[in-house]
This record gives sequence, C-alpha cells and structure tokens, in this order.
Amino acid sequence: MELLTINNVWMMICTALVFFMHLGFAFLEIGLTRQKNTINILFKNIFIITVGLLLYCLVGFNLMYPGEFNGFLGFAGFGLDSPLTAEGALDLTYSEGYTYWTDFLFQGMFAATAATIVSGAVAERMKIGPFMIFAILYVGLIYPIAGSWKWGGGFLQTLETPFYDFAGSTLVHSVGGWAALVAVCLLGSRIGKFKDGKIQAIPGHNIPLATAGVLILWLGWFGFNGGSVLSADPGLTSLTLVTTCLAAAAGGVAAALVSTLLYKNLDLTMFLNGILGGLVGITAGADQMSPTDAIMIGSIAGAIIVFAVALIDRLKLDDPVGAIAVHLVCGIWGTLAVGLFGELASGAQFVSQLIGVVSYAAICIVSSFLILFTMKKIVGIRVSEKEELEGLDVHEHGMDAYPDFRMNEH
Amino acid sequence: MKKVEAIIRKSKFSAVKTALHEVGVNFFSYWDVTGLGNEKEGHVYRGVSYSTSDIQRRYLSIVVNDDFEEVTIKAILEAASTGEVGDGKIFVSKIDDVYRIRTGEKGGNTLK
Repeated sequence: MELLTINNVWMMICTALVFFMHLGFAFLEIGLTRQKNTINILFKNIFIITVGLLLYCLVGFNLMYPGEFNGFLGFAGFGLDSPLTAEGALDLTYSEGYTYWTDFLFQGMFAATAATIVSGAVAERMKIGPFMIFAILYVGLIYPIAGSWKWGGGFLQTLETPFYDFAGSTLVHSVGGWAALVAVCLLGSRIGKFKDGKIQAIPGHNIPLATAGVLILWLGWFGFNGGSVLSADPGLTSLTLVTTCLAAAAGGVAAALVSTLLYKNLDLTMFLNGILGGLVGITAGADQMSPTDAIMIGSIAGAIIVFAVALIDRLKLDDPVGAIAVHLVCGIWGTLAVGLFGELASGAQFVSQLIGVVSYAAICIVSSFLILFTMKKIVGIRVSEKEELEGLDVHEHGMDAYPDFRMNEH
Repeated sequence: MKKVEAIIRKSKFSAVKTALHEVGVNFFSYWDVTGLGNEKEGHVYRGVSYSTSDIQRRYLSIVVNDDFEEVTIKAILEAASTGEVGDGKIFVSKIDDVYRIRTGEKGGNTLK
C-alpha cells in the first residue's frame, strides 16, 4: 500500500509535467511564427488540450486500452469506469504503479500531444474549423486506436520479438509527425516561402519565447519519459531521466555544431530543434540505454535535424516550426535506434522496430489523408490569400495578440 | 526659422542627443522609421540566408532659429557619423511661423 502511494505520487507528478509540455509547445510554435498568427496558434493549442482530454475520457482511453481484443481494434465502452472492490471502494490492485484515475489522466495528457505537433506544421495558413475537426478525429479516434496496437497489448506487442516503444517516439511523436507531413503536402506552402523556386526565410517573431518553450518541453520530458516507467522504480526512473537529459544535451550540441559548419552561422533555432530531436530520439528506448548510448542517439538525432530541415525545404514543403524534422524524422530514428543500441539491440529487434514504424506510417498517412483530403474537397482547408497576408488573428478570431505595443527591431 | 530633419542610426541617437544639448538645442521630436537604402543587412534563419533592405532608423525633427542652424547641423554631422554606408541624411527647410499653444505668442522667441 505504501509502495503504491509512492508510485502513484510520482505518476501524478509526471502527469502534471506532461500537462506543462502543452505550454512549451504553445511557446515554441508562436515564437517561430509571425506575430499576426499568434492568437490562432494559441487557440488551436488550447482547443487540443481541452477537447483532447474530454475525448480521451469519452472514447480514447477505452479505445487505447480495450483489455482483451483482436490486436487491431477494440473498444471497452464509453466514458470512464473505475474498477471497484466488493465494498465499492476504488480497486487498488488495478496496478502496482498507479491507480485507475492516474492511469487515465497520464495517458490523456499524452493523447493531446499528437495533434499539437500538427498544429505547428500547419501554422499560419490552415483554416481553424477544418483543423478542429481534424484534431477531434485524430485525437479522439486515430491516436488511441494506433496506440492500442502496442501499449494496449495489440498485435505489435504480441510479435515474436515485441515492438518496443518506451514512451512514444513512434506512438506519440511519429503519429503526430506523419499527420503533419500529410497536412503540409495537402496545404501547400505559405505565401512567400518559395519565390521563383528559391527558398525564402520567414523568421519567427519571438525567439525568447521559443527558447522558453524548448526548455519547458525539456522539463516536461522528465514526466513524459520518467512517467513511462509506470512506477517510481528508483533505478529505472533515475536512469531514464539521465538518458533523457543526456540525449537532449547531445542533440542540441550536435545540431548547433553541424548547422554552424554548414551555414557558418550560430543559429539558435537549430540549437533548440536539436534539443527536441534528441529528446524525441531517446524516447523510444530511454529505459534501455546506457549514458553513452543516450549521447550517441541524441547526437545523431541532432545532426539529422539539420539535414532534415534542409531536405524538407528542398522538397518545397513548408514546415514553419520544424515539426516534421523533429517529431517524424527523429521519432523514426529513435524507434530504430532501439534495435541498434542498448539492452534490446539485435537484428530481430531492429526488424520489429521497422515493422512498427511501417505499421504506424500506414495508419497515420491513410487516416490523416482521408480526413484532410475530404475536407479539402468539401470546404477547403486553407484560408484565403487576403486572410493569410493580413493574419489569421484578425480574420479568424477578430483579435490582435499585442494590440497596445509595437515591437522595435533593434 | 529653420527645420532641421535628420535620419540617423538608432545606435547614434544617444550621442546626437548629447551633442544637441551641448550646443543648446533642447527641444525636438523624434520617432522610429523604417526605410530603404543602399545598405543591406545579411541574416541567416534556419539555414536559409537572406538579406533585408528594410532599414531601421530614427527620425529627428528640430525647429530652430536661424542663428542655431549651423551649430545644430554641425552637432549632428559629428555625432551621427561612423563613416560607413547608412549613416543617414539631414534635410533643412524654411519654417514660416511658430506659435506657442499655451499663450498664443508667435515667432522665434517661442523656440527659446
């Protein structure tokens, strides 16, 4: 009982830390985009965390953890239904690490993250209505169904060598990243991003805020990975925090180094993206790695970020905040890295990781394409040119983010 | 009476202000402006190099009596110069009349 109390307290702290990540995402996204679209981005982020949590209560939790099921799709009924003892009290034998309520809330905080990743990638040009519908379907249905394949005990968990994704490099980050990629392809680039075939810079309007966002996300990751131990196991939780932080640090340093060598410029935003790349990369195997492994995985992720950002630009895809490079590309890298580094490294594991990556690519690409393409044909998913040029804040929300002061450039 | 208008680097504003005070020019207005000019500022953002010709400067508008014209211009020329492209311009024009709103009085005395 005492152990359960300790475990449960840790899990609730982690839940709160994952909640805090939503502030980090919001800060990062508005910092790396233009002032005229700030309200729009904040609105989307607030929508996702509120509606996402309600949806996870209504259907998500029971889609993701259906109990016994066919391995692909199961549903344990609407709403929350806490297990009770014969006396009618909450059944504390539910798990050794947490209560039923903690389980729901911790997983619920994760669920909203996937759609938030998309929000950054489609920033500054997507209509708010279609985005909200997309977020409802993606957070409410796709994320939990995809999650059940592994965390719910589905077919990826029952492979001969089970697919391994500790805290969601694939289940959370790539799930968001694939949808971000599809959305960016269907939306097209922002006006002015590519001129006569040349890539143009559209600098973000508040780099201090983006920096705060990244540090908040890093802090949140203590809960994201630390809580994915699913108990307060002293050895595993502390190791997980060490690997998480080392990978973040290595990712940042590697990205800064590579971008400095390539572009002869000390670019803070690449430094920041590198930290996030390292964090996403270590997430799949944070409890399986030695400190050296973590530094390797993080640095490779950081280097990947720089090339991925350039490649995405080169492909004429417009991702204002680097969401695809960070969450999709580093998510895939982190997932595969479990087969290459650490305790589980083996050929069979690598194949299982590959099966996992491909399975998630399939469900995410197909589902997000169907949702977004249908809306594109019926109502359109992109704002008018006038709206885009003058800003989504005024046209979609009738508000300015900073009505009373003008910022000087120097 | 003359109006001396100057577009200067923001980084030189403090030096110009001090120089104007030293020669006895204590009243003037200023505001921040964006302009286009010969200078280009190079930037790099997320691996993409770009240069902007939108230049941030400060605009000073100073109305003085004729006998102050020369010292005012001299003070700005000296204090605002770096020798690099982009130091700015000074424009001088005639002012027909000046009124002090509080008292309604008119003429050069209102500038003292």
